[in-house]
Amino acid sequence: MNLTLLPDLLLAGMLIGLAWAALSSDDLRRGVVLFIAFGLLLAIVWARLLAPDLALAEAAIGAGLSGALLLVALRDGGGADQHATKPSTLNRWLIDLFVLVMTCLIGWVLWLTIYAEPVERLAQLANAMLDRSGVSNPVTAVLLNYRAYDTLLELVVVLAAVLGVVVVGRERRGYREAGPVFHGLVHWLVPLLIVTAGYLLWVGAHAPGGAFQAGATLAAAGIVLRLAGYDAAGLPDGRLLRWLLVAGTGVFLLFGLAMSFSGGGFLQYPEAWSGSLILIIEVAATASIAAALVLAYRGGRTDGWPLMDEKAENREVSS
Amino acid sequence: MTQALIYALTGAVLFMLGVRATLLRDALLPRLLALNVCGAGVFLIFVSLAYRGDSLPVDPVPHALVLTGLVVAISATALALALNRRLREMADE
Repeated sequence: MNLTLLPDLLLAGMLIGLAWAALSSDDLRRGVVLFIAFGLLLAIVWARLLAPDLALAEAAIGAGLSGALLLVALRDGGGADQHATKPSTLNRWLIDLFVLVMTCLIGWVLWLTIYAEPVERLAQLANAMLDRSGVSNPVTAVLLNYRAYDTLLELVVVLAAVLGVVVVGRERRGYREAGPVFHGLVHWLVPLLIVTAGYLLWVGAHAPGGAFQAGATLAAAGIVLRLAGYDAAGLPDGRLLRWLLVAGTGVFLLFGLAMSFSGGGFLQYPEAWSGSLILIIEVAATASIAAALVLAYRGGRTDGWPLMDEKAENREVSS
Repeated sequence: MTQALIYALTGAVLFMLGVRATLLRDALLPRLLALNVCGAGVFLIFVSLAYRGDSLPVDPVPHALVLTGLVVAISATALALALNRRLREMADE
């Protein structure tokens, strides 16, 4: 066997082992912590597969923020199976058989795909057009130029999700004020995270980084603030918060419409401007993603959330 | 090529592990965890297919799709957690 494959086999084995341990653990807190470790390991795998953009995003979003959201949700309860119906032995066998057969089938298809004749890929086109995209990081070019539609709709998904969070729940109780040591750490960490987010946002044009990584890093700063007892977690309240949440989608849409009115297609940037346009869109997207994630961590609408109809609110609570 | 195959197969195993846990577990939070592992499996398959050895440039299109997927996954997780919390509150009332 080729010895250079050893690290890959080791990583793959550890991924499967961690996923198995996280999913089969009866103690949910343990499961979540194992899941965070799984995410961090996955970030290493992305780096191994030459996807540094994804490694950054996975470490910040997949491991960090997902873990934070799941851990804070553990406080809400809902972890224990209250009326758990254990599947019968026959059903367990059937499920295991199904899983085994499907794994083999998917594996077979992947085998055929990887060892098939090489086909024309979008990669050549993506790399050939890079000079005209306004940025030199191919992933950013795909996200904000070639496939800007996808990213616009993704921001809509984020907006829809955070609106759902706001509609169904109120903010959780905050944490008590941090002790002096944690307080000192916060004074260092939060500015550092903000500067890092700014750097990731700027560097995304020509190196790994971009709006998503920056937004997640900024959200991490908010979560640290909240854990230290700053209940607002750095978010403004009232109308300004609403503007912040829609900024990404709004700016993106506005630019797209402006382009289609000025003769080009929807989201077809004029070539000379594309670099600056992409940067402005990314700044707005970063702000919106960070605000949405921090608000989701806070758990729902804040006390200062302007309501259209106070009576409807009271009815909903008493029902 | 072998590296790509190793990680693609790992992705398939992770996906099916997630499906299995979704089918076997009853409570919402473990299922959510399982769905996230499912997603990670799909992402791994995507990225391993984009990898064509250390000498060739990787395909940026699947990378961008996975980046989008990561953000959508955490949005869906946040919404599911909020719904779960509301359900608990309603059960307690």
